[in-house]
Amino acid sequence: MNMTEATKTQMNKAQAVERLDQTPVEVRPAKPNDYLSQNHPVWCPGCGHFFVLRALTKALAWLNRPPEELAMITGIGCSSRLPAYLSSYGFHGVHGRALAVAAGLKMARPDLTVLVAGGDGDGYSIGGNHFLHACRRNMDMTYLVMDNEVYGMTKGQPSPTSDPDWHSKLAPHGTGITAFNPLGVALAAGASFIARGFSGDPKGLTKLISDGIEHKGFSVIEIKSPCVTFRPEQKAWQKQMRPLNIEPTPNKLEAAQAIHASDGFDTGIFYQADQPVYAPASEATHSLDEIEQELVL
Amino acid sequence: MTATALIPAPIPADHRLSVSISGAGGAGAVTVGLILLEAFGKAGFYGAMTRSFGPQIRGGESAVFLNLSDQPIETLPEATDLHLALDWKNFMRFADEIPLTSDTQIFYDDSREKPPQGVVDSGADCTPLPLMTTLKQIQGGRINMLGLGVIAQRLGLADTHIEQALQKTLGRKGEEAVRLSMETVRLGQTLVEAAKPSPLQNWQPTDKPRWHLSGNEACAIGALRGGLKLAAAYPITPATDIVEYLAPRIEKRGGQVLIAEDELAAMNMVIGGSFGGQPSMTATSGPGLALMTEAMGLAVASETPALVITVMRGGPSTGIPTKSEQSDLNQILYGLHGEAPHIVVAPLNVSESVPVTQWALGLAERLQTLVILATDQHLGQSRLICDPSPFEDMAETRGLTRLLAHPNDPADYHRYALTDSGISPLTQPGMEHGAYTADGLEHTETGLPSSSASDHSAQTEKRARKLTEFDYGDDWATYLPASKSKRLIITWGSSFEACKQAVARHNAEAKKDEQFSLLGLRLLMPLQSNTLRQLCKGQQVFVVEQNASGQLFHYLLSEQALPKSSQSIARSGPILFTPGELASTLRRLTKEGK
Repeated sequence: MNMTEATKTQMNKAQAVERLDQTPVEVRPAKPNDYLSQNHPVWCPGCGHFFVLRALTKALAWLNRPPEELAMITGIGCSSRLPAYLSSYGFHGVHGRALAVAAGLKMARPDLTVLVAGGDGDGYSIGGNHFLHACRRNMDMTYLVMDNEVYGMTKGQPSPTSDPDWHSKLAPHGTGITAFNPLGVALAAGASFIARGFSGDPKGLTKLISDGIEHKGFSVIEIKSPCVTFRPEQKAWQKQMRPLNIEPTPNKLEAAQAIHASDGFDTGIFYQADQPVYAPASEATHSLDEIEQELVL
Repeated sequence: MTATALIPAPIPADHRLSVSISGAGGAGAVTVGLILLEAFGKAGFYGAMTRSFGPQIRGGESAVFLNLSDQPIETLPEATDLHLALDWKNFMRFADEIPLTSDTQIFYDDSREKPPQGVVDSGADCTPLPLMTTLKQIQGGRINMLGLGVIAQRLGLADTHIEQALQKTLGRKGEEAVRLSMETVRLGQTLVEAAKPSPLQNWQPTDKPRWHLSGNEACAIGALRGGLKLAAAYPITPATDIVEYLAPRIEKRGGQVLIAEDELAAMNMVIGGSFGGQPSMTATSGPGLALMTEAMGLAVASETPALVITVMRGGPSTGIPTKSEQSDLNQILYGLHGEAPHIVVAPLNVSESVPVTQWALGLAERLQTLVILATDQHLGQSRLICDPSPFEDMAETRGLTRLLAHPNDPADYHRYALTDSGISPLTQPGMEHGAYTADGLEHTETGLPSSSASDHSAQTEKRARKLTEFDYGDDWATYLPASKSKRLIITWGSSFEACKQAVARHNAEAKKDEQFSLLGLRLLMPLQSNTLRQLCKGQQVFVVEQNASGQLFHYLLSEQALPKSSQSIARSGPILFTPGELASTLRRLTKEGK
């Protein structure tokens, strides 16, 4: 991390809080590389996740968040390797539970910018229950799902977002199971910011991530990110993905219509609303002694 | 948490009294028990109360057992002096738990069923009372308050203490409810004569402040004393009361309860809160602990402080959720995959659940590891009048707090540095130059994922060493030696108090060389094997525990902490050991040993 002394002084906590209400920020001295560690990703050459990492660091630089006030929480999978590549704090936990770790962290440390990342298997299958309840809680955090419709780290098994007719070793005739609709589920479960991005659209994705982080509440950003090794046909996404030509809506019915009408190739914010954010107060009001007095006969 | 102490003399019969109350659901047996316990407390006495339920949520029969004394008392009654049957509905379901003898005085309502054959066979004095008939004299009166009056009159409990207890227990229902209840109690008092002489005639009341709390509440208080800031949990019997008790109180201390969607989430939330720098815990029981197991391994691997309180119940599977058993020891010790050294502690009674929970949270913080604190349904849900637990700032006195790093340069900070103690100083989000990634993957000293053999062996060794090298002082056990004894009882958790009274009773009558010493293990992992081996030298050892297969016995044997001649005294739950049962076992063992 190479930040100038001047940058650091600008980044005290008070300002970090203030910035939530001030967009755009006038001074942007942080650079994307400030948010990168020196570790080189384990991802395959050409993997979509490289572009997600790039968009993320650009968004963080744009937002000017001090790296030590960020925490990136992940589970298991190719995309979940992300924390090691950032200069922020990170937690690389067990498969599927990143959102739970993040909920505990945000409860304990509401001052932090909490980011969560993972893949489609981690988030929608083994972590499916936590996804539902993270949406319900609507805590102020941002969830980046790098969706490549396949379990890459275990070498090519069908995931919840795989098409039913995709043939693989584990499902030689396809799974025959309808693909999971993450945006529809997120809307039904109560997330307050719901978007789809594409790793091949660096500019658009940077903006989406930055908007998601600035949004007060649980932001779900489903990022289509091709797996060039096990799903080489996803290279065609570059030609298929297109920006959504409608404004973000706070209307659930309109959002549901847009989500379910989409063929899965639209990018943009499908839903954004001010919803109650779960953030209980945490100021001590009583001494231990006062609490223990209740026990006295 | 006394280390070595004398075996207390048994409480003389004229200084203790046991009362039990049973009734169908809604009859209010538990309420009478709570009020009676509180009233005895107000009168300057001590007491312990346990309850037993059927499986029904509402409408099931229930029973309470109270052991009362003018001295601190924590065991279950082994014979009931006075029993009040509000009705006989399903009474025989409790037959194994309510010990009736020919000395028992039973009062019951004469308008309904007659006492069951099992009760008649016990030889107890069964006196019918016109409870339902009398109740007609009072609009809105309840049969349990009438019964409370009967008990109060019989025992010679003063009205002021009953009134105070009613106020405390029913006060939230309003003044009218309290007044009506007291009126009903007074009517009940007219139904029986006071026992002569009064069973309380030799009791010396104290005016010292005392606490009224349950084991689960004691755990909550201990955790708050340890600085708990986050409790994440999913409801499960019989652990939920811990979190319910915490919910309104942890807020007052600047912390939060987080309701998890399942136990997998709960354990991961604890890890998240702790990673953020705040002392965090969860509370669960066997089935929930099973679900938490993977993430408990994450706490070990990532060296994130985490406290898990498990309140054991009958198992396996759903088992007997409302009743006690010490049968999850193997799960607690061995449930994690890989080499996952962690700490296991277990309070020996309700009152020490306060300091032991504080200690457990402090050990997690200091040693950056998983601590499992094991209690059981009996310890957790028993209520106790006891002396207040003196406050100790364990961060100050024992250094039980996080060892923080203050790096000046990010390149200098190695989160998993190999230190002499095995403890690597910790940073937390927000600290400049301290950023790191905590990882469940094996890692290098800096935290970078690594599958190299040398990193794995170095980190595995460090995670074990920090626990084995730590000085736990005298708190690992309570040892009650008998001077010339060649016989030693080793036990843990809720079996300890029954063992203590059994040994006290046996030793009071036995020759010096036929007496028993008693050791209650409080720190089960890392086992203090060397010390234990020394202590067992030349002794005939018996391991007492409440499970079918002798899990503690086999654990101690496998750690080579016991002489080969040691014997297991193990019995499955949910019926708890009583001092009487164990005392006769000790007599038998003494005879066999000759």
